[in-house]
Amino acid sequence: MSGDRSGPAPDAAPDAAPDAAPDATPAVPGAADAAAAAWAPVRARAAAVTPARLFLGSAGLAPRTADALALRTDHAFARDAVDTRLEVTTGPLAPLGLLEVSTQVTDAAEHRRRPDLGRRLDAAGRATLAHAGTRGADLQVVVGDGLSATAVHVQVPDLLPRLHDLAVARGWSWGRPVAVRHCRVGVLNDIGEVLDPTVVVLLVGERPGLGTAESLSAYFAHRPRPGCTDADRNLISNIHARGTPVPEAAGRIVAFAAALMAAGRSGVTVKEPDPGPGPGGVLE
Amino acid sequence: MAFTATLRGERFRFADLRELLAKANEEKSGDALAGIAAGSRRERLAAKAALADVTLREIVDTPVVDDDLATVLAADHDAAAFAPLASLTVGELREHLLDPATAATHPDGFGRALTAEVAAAVAKVMGNLDLVHAAARLRRVTRCRNTMGGLGTLGVRIQPNHPADDPAGVVLAVLDGLLFGCGDAVIGVNPVGDRVTDVVTLLDTLHRVIDALAVPTQACVLAHPTTQLEAMDAGAPVDLLFASLAGTSGANASFGVSAALVHEARERVLASHRDRSGFVGTQVTYFETGQGSALSADAHHGTDQLTLEARAQAFARVFDPFLVNSVVGFIGPEYLADGRQILRAGLEDHFVGKLLGLPMGMDVCYTNHVDDAGQDDNDNLLVLLAVAGCNYVMGVPGADDVMLGYQSTSYHEVASVRDLLGLRPAPEFEGWLTARDRWRGGRLVPPSADDARALESVGLRALGR
Repeated sequence: MSGDRSGPAPDAAPDAAPDAAPDATPAVPGAADAAAAAWAPVRARAAAVTPARLFLGSAGLAPRTADALALRTDHAFARDAVDTRLEVTTGPLAPLGLLEVSTQVTDAAEHRRRPDLGRRLDAAGRATLAHAGTRGADLQVVVGDGLSATAVHVQVPDLLPRLHDLAVARGWSWGRPVAVRHCRVGVLNDIGEVLDPTVVVLLVGERPGLGTAESLSAYFAHRPRPGCTDADRNLISNIHARGTPVPEAAGRIVAFAAALMAAGRSGVTVKEPDPGPGPGGVLE
Repeated sequence: MAFTATLRGERFRFADLRELLAKANEEKSGDALAGIAAGSRRERLAAKAALADVTLREIVDTPVVDDDLATVLAADHDAAAFAPLASLTVGELREHLLDPATAATHPDGFGRALTAEVAAAVAKVMGNLDLVHAAARLRRVTRCRNTMGGLGTLGVRIQPNHPADDPAGVVLAVLDGLLFGCGDAVIGVNPVGDRVTDVVTLLDTLHRVIDALAVPTQACVLAHPTTQLEAMDAGAPVDLLFASLAGTSGANASFGVSAALVHEARERVLASHRDRSGFVGTQVTYFETGQGSALSADAHHGTDQLTLEARAQAFARVFDPFLVNSVVGFIGPEYLADGRQILRAGLEDHFVGKLLGLPMGMDVCYTNHVDDAGQDDNDNLLVLLAVAGCNYVMGVPGADDVMLGYQSTSYHEVASVRDLLGLRPAPEFEGWLTARDRWRGGRLVPPSADDARALESVGLRALGR
């Protein structure tokens, strides 16, 4: 998660220096605080609509010291988040009963450097799926750590039950959800080959940003097979509280899956259905 | 045909040009991942020595990748302009590029005389300073709604992304960028998704702000080309057609892009401009590239990632682009392991682009899962590229892209580098800043909170709030 990036508190005497010199570089000691206070209200208004680092003001043209250090602090925390390990049988994912498999990657360093191995299930994983997975489901959900297990731990416990309920309400058959450790998006092809579902949705942790390590992506593939590429897939990204929140994401995912089933294909030639009226938008 | 070199009594053999180019490449984790990198430092230097003696004619006559893209690139190559250079070796071309006299004989660069493989080859026998020094002499000026790439200018794309494409969030980011003199290259949003309605909303929003402030610049929403065309059909103004390009037909197919698609899309955007005003030129395309994308798509044909980057850039050249940039550090550590490899790749991509006659810019960036890279590495590459005459770089609020989840260069950093090196925005944009008293005596006036409040009210009015 982000550190405190606000620098001067937004409520710190916002109009304390109405007569401050217009130049952003204060010439006298103490004027820096006054200049920062002058920026605080516009900065706070921006913070209400975007997590972007806006209206920071400047020291000359450089960022002020607090902002320069905040960026580096957030980077240090994000680097640590990359190393968080996916927990399937303990913690918030445990009640979901996910079927756990692994790709051919064996450790975290290899996961970062060998995407080719992260796209292929290992032999044990293929055997587990063949034995305990659901063959031929209308909708198969797969959960993968990707580059942020934190995103999976935070979003999936709420998202997965909503997807299940929406799928069942449409009369679809539901494949037992699978968790893939050391997962890359290309693993969709192996899933399709072993389980033969109509549509696979892969919920995968995105590379952590500075503001959040909780952002999840949903990749879609219609009857994926070895050889399929990104051009054969669709994507809804930025599923997190300040992007697309889970309730809205659930509706969009199921509506998109329905569109792929209707089209009989996935990929760049199929666009996400436009939202209809009402909260959640995409629920029919 | 095989190539050989002997270093201190040790003989090295390279089976063909593709292997020679790969083993002569500077160290990149992506080439190691592909299993084509040199096995040792000695072998890498032996490959460079052998490559330095290969003639440009031999490289042009030896297609490294035999795919549909090769046909497109061959048709675009200016064989007549190449002819006087054909007998040079790669090593001689390096010396030619570093000779001050060459700048006088080639004031507008080399046009379409050189091929992708030639440009990549010469970069492999050049040091980092060579890449900076040679590129600085190769300018490329382009025109759309303003004029980019003139001597002494450094453009900036405002990249005002928002994790939910919220128009107000995007607009406020644009305004803060304008305060720092950014936005002459383009105001370009990466949308979260590829929905036509969202792209229409973003394009309309950007144009309301540009019109309200009469900013001499162009807007772009970096959706898939087909989505941009659908948005245009729905009435949205499209200044620049954007596409991500890669260096093989297979990798482009994985992006859903082909020569025919980009050609048709460009024609339709050009046609739409005939019904609009404010254009000073007919360069209407914007492309992004980056080393490693072909390997990522499993479509690299055993070819190194610099050679394939050069092919992606040569593909861009076919469509007479207004802007081209590599997104150098975005792809991740499996292709560029750390800050050192990203810096090298950034200098290579910029140099190769300029040598191919492109208006080359750069997204100087890194992700949070790359080992040993941080904002200081960005500072280093930003300064080097500004010295090298890079056409434009990115302006991202606080360097932190809150939608794509990576770090690029900030409004503050690019304004500081312009100030440090005496570089200016595009001339039309400098005039606009001067008229608003934001630019005085060849430098930006640091913004005050009052300036921010004034712009904020204009922006909110443009949004109808």
